[in-house]
Amino acid sequence: MNGTDSTGGEGGATRTGGWPLWEVFVRSRRGLSHTHAGSLHAPDAEMALRNARDLYTRRSEGVSLWVVPSAAITASSPDEKDPFFEPAADKPYRHPTFYEVPEGVRNL
Amino acid sequence: MPEPEPGTLAAAELALADDALVLSQRLGQWAGHAPVLEEEVALANIALDLLGQARTLYSGLGDEDALAFLREERAFRNCQLVEQPNGDFAATIVRQLFFSTYQELLYGQLTTHPLATKAVREVAYHRDHAEHWTLRLGDGTTESHDRTQRAVDGLWRHTGELFQPLPELDVDWSALRADWDTRVADVLTRATLRVPEGAQGHGWKAGGGRQGLHTESFGRLLAEMQHLHRSHPGATW
Repeated sequence: MNGTDSTGGEGGATRTGGWPLWEVFVRSRRGLSHTHAGSLHAPDAEMALRNARDLYTRRSEGVSLWVVPSAAITASSPDEKDPFFEPAADKPYRHPTFYEVPEGVRNL
Repeated sequence: MPEPEPGTLAAAELALADDALVLSQRLGQWAGHAPVLEEEVALANIALDLLGQARTLYSGLGDEDALAFLREERAFRNCQLVEQPNGDFAATIVRQLFFSTYQELLYGQLTTHPLATKAVREVAYHRDHAEHWTLRLGDGTTESHDRTQRAVDGLWRHTGELFQPLPELDVDWSALRADWDTRVADVLTRATLRVPEGAQGHGWKAGGGRQGLHTESFGRLLAEMQHLHRSHPGATW
């Protein structure tokens, strides 16, 4: 196709500067919880949802999508790793290991 | 390739298949050129849906490759709207809005057609995508508003042809046209765009696609699309 016909959009210079980053969480059809699936750029939440639908769910029915502006997420700091996450190994009563799970119980 | 008898259901299905194939080809030309990566995926998605619709219809009519690659321009029955060049992004979106609204209403009426029940969900998604972009561009900046208005004005003349009845399809064409007018006018108004003159009458129109008469750029589209098949006829791939 010659240049006059197959346009790529004369005004189509890529400019994602104004498009903030969004994090996408997907719950699959039989899934119990939303799982982080990835991120994308979008101008607002509605467009982020639509883009997430194309990128992360292939439009299969019955899924749930959450989109969150990346800026709204507060992450734990790697520096505080030890005091923050160290398990209290000397306090076994904190672990739910003293119960027998009845047969047939799923998703506990 | 024997052509379906005009006025038959097969002729109507061929027209719908040609619409889908040609618009799919146009959207494919955006690959690698869309304004952002996410939009690239969306346009490719829509193109793939349309190609799927075309293949389903073609395979009900004969050899899908022969139908796509071995017919001359005059044998294609697609409406002229879908063969219009991509232009800028606004022109692509407006073309998509006009056509997807038409397809959604058309397939919505064709409840007994085997393709329609599957395709109506796809085209509802295409219309939603085009509608949101029309609102964004029309009600965006002065530049995007002007470009979108230009696209609306430029493509308007090709919309009247959409409502030429295709015989043997169980469609109420005047209701289809009335619904299309209402919906498109609603989106354009919300997008702060002006509905062109002749919204009700479609007084100023181009047409002929359904009769095999096409606009100039369509021949180049076919030349590119059919090149390999014509150079190596009979090859399997």
